[in-house]
Amino acid sequence: MSNKILEAKNICKYFHDPTTVQVLDNVSFSIDKAEFVSVIGKSGCGKSTLLYILSTMDTDYQGDLIIDGQVMRNKKEADLAKVRNEKIGFVFQFHYLLNEFSVLRNVMLPGLKLGKYSEQEVEHRAIEKLKILGIENESLKMPNQLSGGQKQRVAIARALINDPLIIMGDEPTGNLDKKNSEIVFQIFKELATVYHQSLLIVTHDNEFAARTNRIIEMEDGRIIKM
Amino acid sequence: MKIKLIASVSISLLLARWKQTLVAAIGVTFSITMFITLLSFMSGLNDMLDALILNRTPHVRLYNEIKPTKNQPIDQTEKYKQYYNFISSIKPKNDRAEIYNNSAIMQSLKKDNRVLGYAPKIVAQVFYNVGPIDLTGAINGIDVDEENRLFYLSTYVTSGNFIDLKNIPNSIILGKGAAEKMMANIGDVIQVTTTKGERVPLKVVGYFQSGIAEIDKVQSYATIKTTQKLLGESTSYITDIQVKLKDVLQAPAVAKEYQELYQVEAVDVQTANSQFETGSSIRTLISYSVGVTLLIVAGFGIYNILNMMIYEKMDSIAILKATGFSGKDVNAVFISIALSIGIFGGILGLIFGFGLSAIIDQIPFNTASLPTVKTYPINYNPKFYIIGGIFSIVTTYMAGYFPSRKASKIDPVIIIRGK
Repeated sequence: MSNKILEAKNICKYFHDPTTVQVLDNVSFSIDKAEFVSVIGKSGCGKSTLLYILSTMDTDYQGDLIIDGQVMRNKKEADLAKVRNEKIGFVFQFHYLLNEFSVLRNVMLPGLKLGKYSEQEVEHRAIEKLKILGIENESLKMPNQLSGGQKQRVAIARALINDPLIIMGDEPTGNLDKKNSEIVFQIFKELATVYHQSLLIVTHDNEFAARTNRIIEMEDGRIIKM
Repeated sequence: MKIKLIASVSISLLLARWKQTLVAAIGVTFSITMFITLLSFMSGLNDMLDALILNRTPHVRLYNEIKPTKNQPIDQTEKYKQYYNFISSIKPKNDRAEIYNNSAIMQSLKKDNRVLGYAPKIVAQVFYNVGPIDLTGAINGIDVDEENRLFYLSTYVTSGNFIDLKNIPNSIILGKGAAEKMMANIGDVIQVTTTKGERVPLKVVGYFQSGIAEIDKVQSYATIKTTQKLLGESTSYITDIQVKLKDVLQAPAVAKEYQELYQVEAVDVQTANSQFETGSSIRTLISYSVGVTLLIVAGFGIYNILNMMIYEKMDSIAILKATGFSGKDVNAVFISIALSIGIFGGILGLIFGFGLSAIIDQIPFNTASLPTVKTYPINYNPKFYIIGGIFSIVTTYMAGYFPSRKASKIDPVIIIRGK
């Protein structure tokens, strides 16, 4: 299939401290363009570990990870950083905004790092992303002046700035109340349907997962339902 | 673009902890200030002390040493030529202290273009007569004009006019200490006795103060002619030729050459005054090590602050890395923080160092032994500023290196999962 954007082949992962434990056991699956996928499972089943491997941040694994047709194995740290910058947008449970920078600047940072557009263009694009998320009026505030839900939306805008192939989320609604969770979910849904954005969201909120295109269920390091 | 981005990240991290940053920068400023001041002052002092001796010391001194000849008769006999002969109690033969053929030597020195100038001199042992007491003394017979041109006679003739020595026959410039002992005022006539027993009256035309009290108690100056008369020698009698070279560093080589060429003893200034060289270099060493120590302490301050900053900003570093900043970029951010502390603190330190030296330069410093020095000596050598500047950057870079490396190695997964 030509529109596979991410493929995991037989990924195994061990933790060695204090004793060797296998966390992931032959995990294989793929994600197509514009798919909205969620990964669920009990805590400790390895879903977050899988996500960090897929995001290229964790390089200590066996098996193959192919993003956009490129094999990630044996790539240098700087090249992996470039892949993350260009092709992956990340949303964490905690917003991780830099308090030293304004909201706008936070969104712009990965774009500036990519260096594909001039600073003015990056700024323009950042404002557009904030508009999609309905928080363009907060763009000049500092992150600590925003509410939790708003912060998470800024983090999503930041993930979107470089038009990534895929957005990965590690329990992006885990820290939010019902109302804000719903807003964030609607945003994801809109991104998937209107902008054909691929999404891979790890969650333990079954209600959230139920409304996505596809659910990958994990147990004890294995995929039990796909 | 990339540099601009890294700079903007560094600046915002710096401003986020601006108080600590300021403290670190003040540490660098303080150490550079002290480094510059210390070196300027120390080197000013060194120059002054060196000038005290070295300005008045010929670069090469030619003289005749009274010593037994190396070539003893026993070494020349057939039978004992091959032996190693021990001879005890050899006496020098009745040799003159005079330099033979000195006018020819001086003619040839004049043609040597390494030579800035030369001044002939006679050293005569005398007694100054104070009533019934004889004080030992030494009269230097000099060529007044050349002595002044090459060895700055006028700077240490503190009372009277040195040129009177040339214009008034049978005159003497007494060392300040000797004059005080004899209670001789300018214009008085004193009596000296030569080693041969002759008593000669000389008119005091001035005092000199060399800065070394022991010398002032013993030495005095007269013209070559007066001294020759005093000793009852001919007008060709010269015991020393003092040579000043254009380049003082050539002195040892030139001395060696002259020794062979003219068949006289020749001693260069480096050998004759090696203790001053040693003193100067040790003082310089001490000031450098104190300065460097201060800088290293400041470096530890920067190290601490950066470490703390990294610890505090762990989340920010993790997210920067998660969103595509490489370890190299993070490294560059922290190195540039360290360097900007170093450059900012260093430049201020150089300015303050200059200011502090300028203030010290104005503090009065009057001492009897140094008649020409009125304020504390300062050497404004640009070398110190260059070294200080380079050092501030190097130490801060070193101080930033390890924390930056640590920051660049932070694994975002551990930080993000840890929450």
